[in-house]
Amino acid sequence: MSAPLPGRRRWWLQALVVLAALSLLGLLVNNLTVNLIRTGLGLSFRWLSRPAGFALAEHPLPYAPSDSYAWALLMGWLNSLKVIVAGLILATLLGVSAGAARRSANALLRWLAALYVGLIRQIPLLLQLLFWYFVAFLGLPSASEPLSPLPALLRLSNQGIELLGVPLSVEFSAVLVGLSVFSGAAIAEVVRGGLDAVPRGQWEAFRSLGLPEGLGLRRVILPQALPAILPGLSSQYLNLAKNSTLAIAVGYADLYAVSDTTITQTGRAIEGFLLLLLSFLLLNLLINGGMQLLNRVVVSGRHRP
Amino acid sequence: MAKRRPMALLLGLALLASCATLGEGGASRLDLIRQRGSLRCGVSGKIPGFSFLQTDGSYSGLDVDLCKAFAAAFVPETGAVDYRPLTAPERFTALRTGEIDLLSRNTTMNLSRDAAGGNGLSFAPVVFHDGQGLMVPSGSGINRLEDLQGKSICVGSGTTTEQNLNDAFEARGIAYTPIKYQDLNQVVAGYLQGRCQAMTSDRSQLAAARSGFADQGNHRILEEVLSKEPLAPASVGGDQRLADAMRWVVYALITAEELGITQANVQERYAEAQRRPELTRLRRFFGLDAGLGETLGLRDDFVVQVLQATGNYGEIYARNLGPDSQVPIPRGLNRLGSDGGVMVAPPFQ
Repeated sequence: MSAPLPGRRRWWLQALVVLAALSLLGLLVNNLTVNLIRTGLGLSFRWLSRPAGFALAEHPLPYAPSDSYAWALLMGWLNSLKVIVAGLILATLLGVSAGAARRSANALLRWLAALYVGLIRQIPLLLQLLFWYFVAFLGLPSASEPLSPLPALLRLSNQGIELLGVPLSVEFSAVLVGLSVFSGAAIAEVVRGGLDAVPRGQWEAFRSLGLPEGLGLRRVILPQALPAILPGLSSQYLNLAKNSTLAIAVGYADLYAVSDTTITQTGRAIEGFLLLLLSFLLLNLLINGGMQLLNRVVVSGRHRP
Repeated sequence: MAKRRPMALLLGLALLASCATLGEGGASRLDLIRQRGSLRCGVSGKIPGFSFLQTDGSYSGLDVDLCKAFAAAFVPETGAVDYRPLTAPERFTALRTGEIDLLSRNTTMNLSRDAAGGNGLSFAPVVFHDGQGLMVPSGSGINRLEDLQGKSICVGSGTTTEQNLNDAFEARGIAYTPIKYQDLNQVVAGYLQGRCQAMTSDRSQLAAARSGFADQGNHRILEEVLSKEPLAPASVGGDQRLADAMRWVVYALITAEELGITQANVQERYAEAQRRPELTRLRRFFGLDAGLGETLGLRDDFVVQVLQATGNYGEIYARNLGPDSQVPIPRGLNRLGSDGGVMVAPPFQ
C-alpha cells in the first residue's frame, strides 16, 4: 500500500515543473508585450498580403516581385525544403557508406572513412559552406568554357551546374554539398555506433557462411543495427534541417534569407521571427513524424517471425 | 550575477519611466550618455572612407568623425566614443534595444525608417548624398543597364538596395537574377570570383570596395544612378532632445564651413568674437550670446568643442573622401549650397 505516496510526490513535482514553465512563458510574453508597447508597435500580419518588391534568384513555383510577401516567404520555405530533402538523402548515403567503411575488412577504406569523419567534424559548418561556395564552386571555369567530365551527364561552371539535364544553381549545389558532407560525417559515427552494438559473433557468423561482405552487411548486420541507429539519425536529420539556415552566407534564397529581406523592408521583426519559428517547427515536426513512422516499421519488422 | 539582476530591473523600470515622460521633454538618452561619460556609436567598421577599422585598432572615416563630433558636444569633458561595429541587418535592432546611443553607419533615410509605424527612427540631417550604382568589369562590354539583360547581379541583404535594383530593372523591363549575400564582403567576393556580371551597392561603397581591389583599373562604376541615397545619422524616435542635439551638431559643422571656421582657426575666431560685441552672428554661433546651446541641453560653446574635435564639414569630407584620401569620391551634391551643392544649414538664432 506504499504505491500512492511516490505517485503523489511525482504529481507535486510535475505541477511544480509545469508552474515553472508557465511562469517562464508568461515572463517572455510579458516582455514581448511591454516591448511592443514601448516601441509603439502592435502585432500585425497585414503586411503579408502587400507586394514584396524584391526578386528571387530561384523559386520552385512562378514568382514575380509584384507577388505578396506571403508568397515570397512560401518560395523561401520551398527552397529550404528542396535543399533539406536532397541533403537528407545525400547525407544518408554518405553517412551509411562511411560508417560501414569504418568497420570494413578493407584497411584503405577504413582509413579513408576515418580521415573523412575526423577532418569534417573538426571544422565549423559555416567555414565549410564558405569553402565549398567561394573556393570550390566559384573556382570552376566560367560558363563560356564549362567543365564536362561526363559529357551529357554533368556540366560544371561557376554560373550553374547541369546534372542529367537538370540545371542547378551554384548556390544550391554549395549548400547541398556542404550540408551533406557535414551531416554525413556525423551520421557515419551514428552508423558506426549502431554497427558496434551488433554482437561480434554476427559478423563472424556471416563471414564463416561465406557471404560476401556487402551482402552480409545489408542482410545480416544492418537490420540488427537499425534500432540503435534510428534515434541518433533522427537528431542528425533535425540538425541538418536547422543548419540549412546558414545558406544565406552563400547567397541561396532559403526561408531565412527571404525572411531577412522581408524584415528589413517591413520593419516587422517580431512577426517575421514568429513565422520563421513556426515554419521550422512545422518542417522539423514533419521530419520527426517520418522518422517515428520508420522507427515503428523497423521495430515491428524485427518481431516478425 | 545576483547584484546585476536588480540593476537590470531598475534599468528596465527607468526605461519604462523614460518612455512615459519622453513626450514632455523629460529624461532623455542624452542624460544617460552624460552619466556614462562616453557615447556608444554604431558604425560599420568595414567601409573605407566612412567607418573603417585601422590596423592600430582605431576607427576612421566620415561616419566616425561624426561620432567624434557628437561626443564632443554631448560629453565635452572626455569626448569619448565607444564604437560598436554592426552589420546592416543588426543596426536597427541595436538602436532599438538601447545597445547603442546613436547610429552613424551609412544609413539611408527614407519614409518607412522614419515613420513611427515603420522602424520608428529619428534622422539627423543628411551628411552624405549618395546613390545606388552598379560596378562591372571594364572589359565586359556592359555600358548601360540594358546590357545587363539576363545577367546575374550580386547584391547585399538588409538594405534598400534589393528593392531599388528591382524598381529600376522592373521599370525598364530588364530580366535579371539577383544573387543575395548577407554581407558586403561576400558581395565583393562573389563579384570578383565571377559569379555575377555586376555588383550593386551605394556608389560610395562601390568606390570604397574598389579601393581594396588588386586590379582597381579593371572595374568601372556605371553612370546610371538607381536611387537617391541620402545617408544620415539616426537615433531612436520619440527622444526629441537627443534628436535636436544631433541635428544642430551637424548643422554646426555645415555652418562652420560656410563661415570659414576651421579646426585650426576656431580658437582665434572665438577670441575675436569675444573681443568684438558687434560680430553678433558669430557670437550667437559660438554661444557667447543668446544661450542657444543650453536650449538644446548642451553647453553654450558646444560648437567650439565640436570644431576643435573634428573641424568643419568640408574638412571632414576632405580628410576622408577628398582627392588626397584613400577613397576619393567627387564632392558633387555634397558641396555647400553656395557652391552648387545641397548642403545648407538653417540659421543659429
